[in-house]
Amino acid sequence: MGQLKNFTKGFVKDNPVFVLLLGLCPALGVTTSAFNGLGMGLATTFVLVSSNIVVSIIKNQIPSKVRIPSYIVVIASFVTITDLVMEAYLPALFESLGLFIPLIVVNCLVMGRAEAFASKNNTWHSIVDGMGMGLGFAFALTVLGGLREILGAGEIFGWSVFAGDGMLVFVLAPGAFIGLGYLVALNNIVKKKMES
Amino acid sequence: MAKKESTFLNMVLTLIIVAAAASFTLATVYNLTKEPIERAREAARQEAIGLVLPEFDELRSMRLMPITGSDSLEFNLAFRDGDFVGVAVATYTRMGYSGLIRAMVGFTPEGEIIDVVPLQHAETPGLGDKIEKGKSDWSDQFRGFDPGVQVLKVRPDGGDVDNITAATITARAYADAIDRAFQTFKAHHSDIINKENE
Amino acid sequence: MEYIIIIIGAVFVNNIVLAQFLGICPYLGVSAKVSTSIGMSGAVMFVMTLATLVTFLIFNFILVPFNIEYLQTISYILVVASLVQMVEIILKKVSPALYQALGIFLPLIVTNCAILGVTILAVREDYGFNLLEGVVFAIGHALGFALTIILFAGIREHLELMDVPKGMRGAPAALVVAGILALAFMGFANLV
Repeated sequence: MGQLKNFTKGFVKDNPVFVLLLGLCPALGVTTSAFNGLGMGLATTFVLVSSNIVVSIIKNQIPSKVRIPSYIVVIASFVTITDLVMEAYLPALFESLGLFIPLIVVNCLVMGRAEAFASKNNTWHSIVDGMGMGLGFAFALTVLGGLREILGAGEIFGWSVFAGDGMLVFVLAPGAFIGLGYLVALNNIVKKKMES
Repeated sequence: MAKKESTFLNMVLTLIIVAAAASFTLATVYNLTKEPIERAREAARQEAIGLVLPEFDELRSMRLMPITGSDSLEFNLAFRDGDFVGVAVATYTRMGYSGLIRAMVGFTPEGEIIDVVPLQHAETPGLGDKIEKGKSDWSDQFRGFDPGVQVLKVRPDGGDVDNITAATITARAYADAIDRAFQTFKAHHSDIINKENE
Repeated sequence: MEYIIIIIGAVFVNNIVLAQFLGICPYLGVSAKVSTSIGMSGAVMFVMTLATLVTFLIFNFILVPFNIEYLQTISYILVVASLVQMVEIILKKVSPALYQALGIFLPLIVTNCAILGVTILAVREDYGFNLLEGVVFAIGHALGFALTIILFAGIREHLELMDVPKGMRGAPAALVVAGILALAFMGFANLV
């Protein structure tokens, strides 16, 4: 497919979170604010693009039977690198994202793209695919984080939107589920409109 | 180019090479980030100590066991021009709404509280996170609080600490952490004097 | 007694799905029917407990003594993946009936973030678990997962028969229901 389509499919049509329902754990777990959502989204994009690159380079050197363990090692290595670099240079974000950084390795999005795309396509296409899906993921997380931050705390990216307290439930667990539910529905509507 | 055949030798070789490459890369990155990570942690610790103590030019650290709780507390004795000006205690409580809360408490040499800042917590945003200085001035009540005459418990429990509405559990836990620091300070007073005179 | 507290904490207070957001993918994917939910819960219980046992030992006897804690992520996920493979092979040989019941869920479990999440949590410094406590912790969370997914499946089976607005059908409605369940479970906070 054309590379532009390859890149943009990750935003609405095949959005990893809203359509493919992948990577829901971090989507719900870290989106207490738009900044956290964006941070996680970008970290995941880094892992996704890096592993896509490596997998697409080594794909023909890996015997088929051991490809899954090999891909796992590649992905886990980039996740560990992200973890270490964040702890060293972005301590505040590292604290907020916590457990979910190592959990990037089981984000079905990352393994899924490695297996479904990078192992079957050249490096450039894999980079575009990784960036598109990764940024689509980041987009979804930032939107959900922003929604929860505005409704729950009256702020977005730390800037006050309205004075006073918001609906606390949105910053807590139930709000994550309910917020995501409505966003998925919204994305479905937008998608339908785009296709008609 | 066709994929490599899944012969036993190929599979084992591939796994060994992949594992070796990964280990080498990670060990390298680990070594590169070890110092920055230490620096980041130390910076956070120094910042917290600076927030709860008056000016100092020398810091002596020691670890003391509290009466309750299984982890030792870090005592940072601060000196200025050779005079003992205060001690910053890194304390904790497990009674938080979301479990562990760590805090840094600054005491004067006589045991009065100078200030308290949280170091680590997972309390509810909008409710329990009012222990943070930036989110609310609730914790300002601890400035000048004298645990020797006042009681380090929330008012509903009969103490002199103002509660946080709808976040009593967090407030109670925070008071517990500060109390742990104070009780350890009292119990190990002689050890502190010794360290002072080193 | 300590163990009961660990289990109650894991099942109700810090429920792995509704409070810690782990295991959502299988939670949504498999919970359409009660029967599949029970199957998945069995597989999760099996793998989670075994994986925690093995990773706990690896962490405390290999990673910590040699100062290579940064290899936690990579070693843990390899343990989980290999364990699942092994369990699949053994189950096929030893109990074809059980394999029939759990078999299809096993490969899905590798990417179940609940498994990796629990193994990482079990060795957290501020919990200070010993091996037995760590294993009980894992069993507790597996029970918590089972409880919520079976509860959820029961609700979803009913939901299927209801008249849900078109845009909300499927995942959106399921997510809102999960949110309401999460709200309910919040009532257990500070039980232990």
